[in-house]
Amino acid sequence: MILVQLVTDGLLVGAVYALLSSGLTLIWGMMNVVNFAHGDFVMLAMYVAFIAVTTLAIGPALFVPLAALVLFGVGVVVYYALIRNVMRGPMLAQILSTFGLGLVLRYAMFWVFSANFVSLPDTLVGGVLSVDGLRLQYSRLLAGVVALLLTAALHLMLTRTALGSRLLAVAEDRTAAMLVGIRPDPMQALAWGIGAACAGVAGALIALFFYISPLVGDSLVLIAFVTVCLGGFGSVPGALFAGLAIGVIESLSSWFIGAAWKDVVVYGLFLLALWVRPQGLLGKS
Amino acid sequence: MKKRHLLFVVLGILVLAWPLVLHGVFIQHVAALLVLAAISASAWNIVGGYGGQVSIGHAMFFGAGAYGALAAYTDFGWPPVAGVPLGIIAALLIAVLVGLPTFRLQGHYFSMATIAAVELLRILLSNVSVLGASVGLMGPARPRGLADLSFRSPVPYYYLFLAVLALLLVVTAWMERSRLGFYLRAIRGGERGARSLGVPVVRTKLIALMISAGFTALAGGLYALMVGFIDPESGFGLLISVKMVIIAALGGAGTLWGPLVGAAILIPLEESTNALFGGSGTGATYVVYGAIIVLISRFLPGGIAELVQLLSVKARRRAA
Repeated sequence: MILVQLVTDGLLVGAVYALLSSGLTLIWGMMNVVNFAHGDFVMLAMYVAFIAVTTLAIGPALFVPLAALVLFGVGVVVYYALIRNVMRGPMLAQILSTFGLGLVLRYAMFWVFSANFVSLPDTLVGGVLSVDGLRLQYSRLLAGVVALLLTAALHLMLTRTALGSRLLAVAEDRTAAMLVGIRPDPMQALAWGIGAACAGVAGALIALFFYISPLVGDSLVLIAFVTVCLGGFGSVPGALFAGLAIGVIESLSSWFIGAAWKDVVVYGLFLLALWVRPQGLLGKS
Repeated sequence: MKKRHLLFVVLGILVLAWPLVLHGVFIQHVAALLVLAAISASAWNIVGGYGGQVSIGHAMFFGAGAYGALAAYTDFGWPPVAGVPLGIIAALLIAVLVGLPTFRLQGHYFSMATIAAVELLRILLSNVSVLGASVGLMGPARPRGLADLSFRSPVPYYYLFLAVLALLLVVTAWMERSRLGFYLRAIRGGERGARSLGVPVVRTKLIALMISAGFTALAGGLYALMVGFIDPESGFGLLISVKMVIIAALGGAGTLWGPLVGAAILIPLEESTNALFGGSGTGATYVVYGAIIVLISRFLPGGIAELVQLLSVKARRRAA
């Protein structure tokens, strides 16, 4: 029974990981830029949720879209102000620009809010659903289901709509896309917006059941890295399966080995994945 | 050209002789830290600057060196300096473990692996009691003999660090002119192109990383000798990695003197602001460092070295 409980908990958190990693993998696949500030985008969204709840007293039905909107804006601004200028520059500039951005975001929040953990009131989405001895917190259930639906929606948007085709066309070949009349700049800005919005929704959802601190993005960005690497970069379905798998692995390892070691297991898995199958479990070589 | 040689001689004498004249302990302390920072940034520069393989977790080698030194004292009762080679060996092992899989892939895989590896080590060390867990390790409280290399004044450390820095600069200068240096710059310019010209890409990157890791671990060992204390945060913390990157990038990544210039600017700035505002616990330091990193990568990826070059070209044009 405990096993079923652990796996279910893991799957629910894993769905949120899948959503936040989809944002990373979209940006990565579109323009071959790794957003090292992705975890800090999630952190930012958690504070958006926190501020919205404490000052406006609104519920998740409002603050989740709000976080998505704010982070979409952040993503677009970051693209036009920074990424557009470094993406074809030296690797050093590419990596350091988003890494430096992450530092600024993280420690600006640290400065403002100090290192103290805060959290949303747990009565916001309180209660526990019991099915056959399986106990599911409503907050986690809500987060998992919403994340799952949005990840699926993102995949459908990319594969079934004209906009998605335009995005993928730019990802595949920028010059060829220009030849058929697609301007790459707005598409790439859109990819950054959507990618950041994924982090935004994921952050607002995680905030429902997790503590909020300026440094929380630290481990989340690494989880996104391992998810994207396992799922194959650029692949949203890959991110979904890998995200769910990481959620379950994390849940099982924190129960059987101890909570202090769960990050060690996940990071170790990442390094192992790089050794064994860097193109991802579902990726093409 | 003669003028330039003279300048170097004067600078060299100044660097060597000033502690005999100025006796302020604060200045001496800052100077020792400056040289140490120059060592680790120059070591980062070998793989990050010349090779363009951006490590943002170089603290893993620094921490390995520092822990090697103090674990040798705590666990075996050796003088800390005897543990430095242990730390270097550990750093080389880590370098192979991280470099071998990621160097077959594109550059950012290496960067991501370095973050994961340094976090992994930081958490591991916080939980391993033989290595002090989260409390950390201490060096000998009182020197048991000269071999402990424990001095009150920062000046002996200053000269020790200076000697190591000189060695590292000689190695780097040699590397610049050697086949390895040409290979590395070719890889930075474009990996596919380099490979098609017959550059053994993976091997070259790995050798550069190992040289870099070895010297970074040596810097960590020296730090432990001087400070006599190490914990997971001061060994493997984010700030340690960030400082190496920012110092090299500020002065000019991939140049011999860049990291020295970067250290000469950043370390006095950091130490004096710390002295003024009391510690770096507010996060303001990181915000400033992050902003500097973003601005450099956006406007001046070559650092101050690029700026100097641009200005001198302009001046020459105006003169002509």
